[in-house]
Amino acid sequence: MTDTILEMRNITKTFPGVKALSNVNLKVRRGEIHALVGENGAGKSTLMKVLSGVYPSGTYEGDIVFDGDVRNFKVLKDSEEIGIVIIHQELALVPQLSIAENIFLGNEIASKGVISWEQTYKRTKELLAKVGLKESPSTLVTDIGVGKQQLTEIAKALSKSVKLLILDEPTASLNENDSDALLNLLIEFRNQGITSIIITHKLNEVRKVSDQITVLRDGQTVKTLNCHEEEVSEDVIIRNMVGRDLEDRYPPRSVPISDVVLEVKNWNAFHHQHRERQVLHDIGVTVRRGEVVGIAGLMGAGRTEFAMSVFGKSYGHKISGDVFIDGKKVDVSTVRKAIDAGLAYVTEDRKHLGLILGDNILHNTSLANLMGVSTGGVIDDIKEAKVATDYRSRLRIRSHGIYQEAVNLSGGNQQKVVLSKWLFSDPEVLILDEPTRGIDVGAKYEIYSIINQLAADGKGVLMISSEMPELLGTCDRIYVMNEGHIVAELSKEEASQESIMRAIMRSGEKK
Amino acid sequence: MNSVNHPTEEKHVVSIASYIRSNIREYGMLIALVAIMVFFQIYTGGILFKPVNITNLVLQNSFIVVMALGMLLVIVAGHIDLSVGSIVGFIGGVSAVLTVQLGMGFLPALIISLIVGGVIGAAQGYWIAYHRIPAFIVTLAGMLVFRGLTYIILGNKNIGPFPSDFQLISTGFIPDLFDMGGLHSTSIILTVIGAVTLFVLAWRRRQVNVAHGIDVEPFSFFLVQNLIVSGAILLLGYLLSTYRGMPNVLIVMLALIIFYSFVTRRTTVGRRIYAMGGNEKATKLSGINTERLTFLTFVNMGVLAGLAGMIVAARLNSATPKAGVGFELDVIAACFIGGASASGGVGKITGAVIGAFIMGVMNNGMSIIGLGIDYQQMVKGLVLLAAVFFDVYNKNKAA
Repeated sequence: MTDTILEMRNITKTFPGVKALSNVNLKVRRGEIHALVGENGAGKSTLMKVLSGVYPSGTYEGDIVFDGDVRNFKVLKDSEEIGIVIIHQELALVPQLSIAENIFLGNEIASKGVISWEQTYKRTKELLAKVGLKESPSTLVTDIGVGKQQLTEIAKALSKSVKLLILDEPTASLNENDSDALLNLLIEFRNQGITSIIITHKLNEVRKVSDQITVLRDGQTVKTLNCHEEEVSEDVIIRNMVGRDLEDRYPPRSVPISDVVLEVKNWNAFHHQHRERQVLHDIGVTVRRGEVVGIAGLMGAGRTEFAMSVFGKSYGHKISGDVFIDGKKVDVSTVRKAIDAGLAYVTEDRKHLGLILGDNILHNTSLANLMGVSTGGVIDDIKEAKVATDYRSRLRIRSHGIYQEAVNLSGGNQQKVVLSKWLFSDPEVLILDEPTRGIDVGAKYEIYSIINQLAADGKGVLMISSEMPELLGTCDRIYVMNEGHIVAELSKEEASQESIMRAIMRSGEKK
Repeated sequence: MNSVNHPTEEKHVVSIASYIRSNIREYGMLIALVAIMVFFQIYTGGILFKPVNITNLVLQNSFIVVMALGMLLVIVAGHIDLSVGSIVGFIGGVSAVLTVQLGMGFLPALIISLIVGGVIGAAQGYWIAYHRIPAFIVTLAGMLVFRGLTYIILGNKNIGPFPSDFQLISTGFIPDLFDMGGLHSTSIILTVIGAVTLFVLAWRRRQVNVAHGIDVEPFSFFLVQNLIVSGAILLLGYLLSTYRGMPNVLIVMLALIIFYSFVTRRTTVGRRIYAMGGNEKATKLSGINTERLTFLTFVNMGVLAGLAGMIVAARLNSATPKAGVGFELDVIAACFIGGASASGGVGKITGAVIGAFIMGVMNNGMSIIGLGIDYQQMVKGLVLLAAVFFDVYNKNKAA
């Protein structure tokens, strides 16, 4: 029996200035495992948010047909009620509650508000048996590992008589054994008639369990591959994922590349919470003056962790390794020292880590270099205003002047304010982490132009980006990172989306 | 002004409406203060503005204002300090032991008291800054600990009276240098100098801003506003001069207000505290040592609470175990009424001072009327709620 359980027809979703999804079609058959693949930002998560009602009906175009009826979900609860359950990458469990309490949170077995613990524990035991989790229902979630937490989430989904289970990167934080167990569980569910959609970057897993694979790219459905009708190799999937042409979206740059300005050697670091987990292994990178160097990788590859640990040990612990600027070993143990050594780090999370949102452009611009506008601890506010005005016009920040609060600026202009701050600190090397995330195309071009100008001024630029075309379009050299290792270093000539993806996939399989 | 400069000025003059809108909090509170004063002036049959009562107002509120200056920085940094009332009691006790029991002079006692206040602030700031224990908890603990210590060092009884030079910080008046009939000469001269200086400084500031293309308010508005402020200063100064002149503690208070206004507006330390309260992580990633900054904010609060403790003790002319009970609430309320945000990053020294005086005038006015302490508490609570609602309402409307 191969009838269709879910059909999403011509889904189009626009955010201010960005078309996130355009005429996406997804057809999932009852009782299959359907994989949804695509690069970061291809629209997978957005599509699932449309499906689950996070983006309520009316905010997108197109139809969702589930079990034969067109559905209009207004809130998440609507989709859950008819059996669609999403398990997100960041688990939605309350750590200080028990497994049983978590499973029935918001859905307690109770009469007149009084919980029946007997029933709760009984049902929990049944559910845990189904997902193969050998833990007591009263164990606190905080005391079990990530793999078991994932199973708890699935048990929670089963408690709601799920028909369609959606897993967003379920194995991203699992080790190999736990991953295998989870995938086998999905296969078992399939035998019981539960349909699953699995979103993942791990193509070997996709091939192992999927019946069909839908590839998304740039918010559009590229292709749906049927694994039973044709031989689907990873190469085929990759080609479909990345197969787009580089358009003329990147300003050209011809800058002489000279001496090495930044060198990081043998850089190791451990996770800031799971203190036994090493997140960076012997990373080594060099950046020359006038050069733009990229770091490619999937989410969770350790790129941001690397940048932040170098920038004043802002991430991780037990950090070891050496940093050299212009061949001289420098101390980067605090952010202040890293700045003084000539580093600047433009964060990927400008709202939480980059800007004082409630404060104005003026104060945000001078924050990292207050010394530059003050004498003896007293701020020369005329000088400060001049600096801010100067950067505002140089970076073409569109605002009502330098007194506008950062919170009221568009994403692109906010990013330019962050850039102003770091340019004013006059670094030798700028580390840019996802510098164009959530920014419209026009502003992207301007950011690339600023990067080119920096290279022309003889600075070194290290750029982390999840958008491969962006790296290919702007970088002279690209490091590929995966699971805390540098797994490849590609020259401009060698680098292509295929070669980067291949380097990531191969390194993942070697283990 | 020549014709070349003229257009530049035009461009950077914002309209009166938008200027008021962007400063609505301050004007709103200032207008509320004036309205409350006028209300009680009428309702008390003219007692409120009697020179002796104005003097009393200053004496009664000085220590609240002094502590509000430190508390504002603490709140802007994103924290709170519940222990200041107990520190007031404790430092009062320390200074009584030093001067009354050990016979120490005023100056060494003052210095030791301020240092002890700073050490108390440091002890609390250490846990808050370097161990990330919420300030609410640390200072709640401090509130209990230092209240207990106050009882211990005072042996559960009052110690007093203080030597006369000690009393002067709270009850003394600045000397009258010339004979000006019924008027206190030094006070009236200082008032005039102060009003003129303030006006000239504001004028020059505006000129500089205009020259550098920085937004300024329209000239007519500037003039009216500053003339009103100068007028108010002259009026209050005149009233004080017809009685015994300016109290010593007023000079201390004004000096501190000027100092902390400067710190918050113009210094790197001040800027960093605001940035930290606005977004601690971003501030840390901008190379600022946020732990040390938090620590210093609490040290500063301790020193100011110590100073307030001495003022209170001198005013009562005796150190009592119950001195300062509940002061932390008035001080915190003053900051919030004055527009500080409980989530940090927002608040002005002038706002906190205005907030302190709103509380002070209400206390004073309601006492004159003879309203019971029960009703006074209720009214103050409702005013606090109303002021913060006004904030939230304006913020939502703007967004």
